[in-house]
Amino acid sequence: MNRFWAFLFLLVPVLGIASYLMAAFGIWPLEGMWLPDNYSDAGRTIDHLWNVIHIIGAVILLLTGLALAFAIGRFGSTKRQSASYFSHNTQIEILWSIIPGAILVFIALYQMKSWEENKLARPTKQVGSKTEAVAPLVRVIGRRFAWEFHHAGEDGRLDTLDDVIVENELVIPAHVDVVLELESRDVIHSFFVPNLRLKQDIVPGLNQLIWFHADRETTTSIICAELCGWGHYTMQASMKLVSRSEYEQWLKDASTANLTTSKQDSQE
Amino acid sequence: MTAIHKQHEPAAGNPLLNFLGTYVFARDHKIIGLQFLFSTLIWLAIGGLLALAIRWQLAWPGTEIPILGRWMFASEGGMITGEYYNVLFTMHATIMIFFVVIPILAGAFGNYLIPLMIGARDMAFPTLNMFSYWFMWPAFVCMIAAMRQAGTGPSAGWTSYPPLSVLFGEAQGLWLLGLVFVGIASMLGAINYITTIIQMRAPGMTLLRMPMTVWGMFITAILQAFALPVLTAALLMLLSDRMFNTSFFLAEGLEVGNTLRLQGGGEPLLWQHLFWFYSHPAVYIMILPAMGMVSDILSCFSRKPLFGYRPMVFSMIAIAGMGFIVWGHHMFISGMNYFLSVSFLISTMLIALPSGVKVFNWLGTIWGGRLQLTSAMLCAMGFLSMFVIGGLSGVVMAAPPVDIMLHDTYYIVAHFHYVLFGSSILGVFAAIYYWFPKMFGRTMNETLGKFHFLVTFVALNCTFFPMHFLGARGFPRRYADPYVVEAFRDLQPLNEFITWSAFVMGAVQIVFFLNFFGSLFFGRKAETNPWHSNTLEWTVPSPPSHGNFDFQPVVFRGPYEYSVPGHSADFWPQTEPE
Repeated sequence: MNRFWAFLFLLVPVLGIASYLMAAFGIWPLEGMWLPDNYSDAGRTIDHLWNVIHIIGAVILLLTGLALAFAIGRFGSTKRQSASYFSHNTQIEILWSIIPGAILVFIALYQMKSWEENKLARPTKQVGSKTEAVAPLVRVIGRRFAWEFHHAGEDGRLDTLDDVIVENELVIPAHVDVVLELESRDVIHSFFVPNLRLKQDIVPGLNQLIWFHADRETTTSIICAELCGWGHYTMQASMKLVSRSEYEQWLKDASTANLTTSKQDSQE
Repeated sequence: MTAIHKQHEPAAGNPLLNFLGTYVFARDHKIIGLQFLFSTLIWLAIGGLLALAIRWQLAWPGTEIPILGRWMFASEGGMITGEYYNVLFTMHATIMIFFVVIPILAGAFGNYLIPLMIGARDMAFPTLNMFSYWFMWPAFVCMIAAMRQAGTGPSAGWTSYPPLSVLFGEAQGLWLLGLVFVGIASMLGAINYITTIIQMRAPGMTLLRMPMTVWGMFITAILQAFALPVLTAALLMLLSDRMFNTSFFLAEGLEVGNTLRLQGGGEPLLWQHLFWFYSHPAVYIMILPAMGMVSDILSCFSRKPLFGYRPMVFSMIAIAGMGFIVWGHHMFISGMNYFLSVSFLISTMLIALPSGVKVFNWLGTIWGGRLQLTSAMLCAMGFLSMFVIGGLSGVVMAAPPVDIMLHDTYYIVAHFHYVLFGSSILGVFAAIYYWFPKMFGRTMNETLGKFHFLVTFVALNCTFFPMHFLGARGFPRRYADPYVVEAFRDLQPLNEFITWSAFVMGAVQIVFFLNFFGSLFFGRKAETNPWHSNTLEWTVPSPPSHGNFDFQPVVFRGPYEYSVPGHSADFWPQTEPE
């Protein structure tokens, strides 16, 4: 029986790593079961980090898993007469503390740059000789169970009459640094765009900024990743990444339509 | 059981009072331990059924549950609504954490084993011990009452983040009150364990001769004693936010329905800090006792001393100590200061080190042994194998940039089920197979035990491993119908596979329950020391009588002297003179 159990425990690292490889290289039946396509510059560092940590993990899983399976097969035999008697070995203890410790410190330091890029260093732009932080382009408001997007109109400022307010669809330029301001009016929501590797909880009372630089014009979805009530799963919006000029055109059209309706409103 | 009867203080000869005093309002640590064990096993079954309902919904959302559905959700046509789905996962987590894993480890095994293993006649405070169990009952009542309010039941997740948990859900108050009672029960237990272990060890039982089980319970008790008051205070603050509009955790200007809530001045993130200040140590509360028990079981069935006893003890202390300064890794994307995240990242990476050291030492324990592959040993090795996976996926998410992608997806669900089910619950199974003969004087069936382990082990991996892939795709947790998002529609077949695996895993637990309850009555009679173990509980009859030891035991050596060269037997009990 010891061979059987050794084989069972051997399956853990072998099948575990095999299934990860199948998912990573798109082999049936796990094709597509990997990180979704990435559209963001900073997101690339996240994917890289994911790969690095998983490779290190796979090596550790394989070594410990093989050791366990081997031990069961070798020392689990009923023919074995006696066990060896030893209870410690200081050198080996030091060895298996220092090596994993070094690996962990490496992982910790290796990701600092990525964290900085994703959450700490807000994009800047050059205005004349001065460097200025990029101003938020859109205010995102989460409420149960919808997303509201406030675009500054032609005057380039939020909270003015020409603001363009759209629900559940975010049109946004690609190929430029975009900063979004997040706000919640009721409970905590989380702004999650898997393809852009963007996630940020929106806490009522705190205004948060997030940023990204999308590398293509395409459509993707925004979902809510923090439980916000019975309709949590329905809280989604589509995101259209368009060129700068298309965005400006869209904004202009929407703004005109917006002004016309508000004029009609005031006439009534 | 007769032995306990015989020696228990007679309650004036009234058989009813006698029964109540012995089995209901018991002060004997062993009976209290068994009370915890039976209560938590019942809750384990309930929590497991809730999990299966969750799995049903994720595989076939909005379809009628066969047979049970009509009975449970008659008004919704036998289906799970979005509202009720939230109640399901909230209660599944609450029950499994607060009514199963914590009380079965600390309450059942802690109570039963601590006095026996250190050579004490009972706990330091037997009456307090009785209260620690009976404070669970108001909690049970609160939770059942809360659950019965389906639709408005507790549905804010086990983390109960405000403002959601304050502004919505009528049953949330009962839920909070229930947790306060659980907290009190655990605190009473913790005080008792600490005192007992410090004060009541038998002569010769130095701290560094204590079995790892006792070390695990000791450190867990310290964690509970220091972390629980924080949770209790936070729970009461949240309760008062709900009842008295205190707004500790609410910012002003919230829109609830059509009304604007003007009072405020609080901070939702404060709750998260307080909650995780408890709930991260709670993660270790849910694993350290299992680590201790598994260490003892591995050593016994390898017929070999535990490898690196001191590093094992010190790594446990390190895990507990550092466990208090890593809570922020639950909050990397919560809006907490991003520079602060970096310090939590460092402490989280460092806490992986003592966990790794433990894994290597367990492997060193098995290495070169003469393994006896009993059900208990297989479950203990299953613990080890699953803990490696759970630990490694923990390192992945401890990286804040990667956590941006993985936070609140199925990757975290995979991670904590590998640790909580794969490790803690397999550890509990190991402990039940191992100590059952001592507790009940009968042995569980080994064939059924091995079959139960085999199917559980395969099914748990088929259930939880694919969740890593769901998480990689960004598949969010807590979604009543994830397929309304177009990007996740192709994940339904994988979810169906997971659900079938979960059903198999649930079904095979019936074998465990039959084996457990059947062996209570029909199991082979167990002798005093069936596994040839060294620790003190195996020197007294199975089951031990009230008062445990007829004579004061004296301890001569550590608990792991197996296969000592030159010694006649391959074990050398701690109490046997030179």
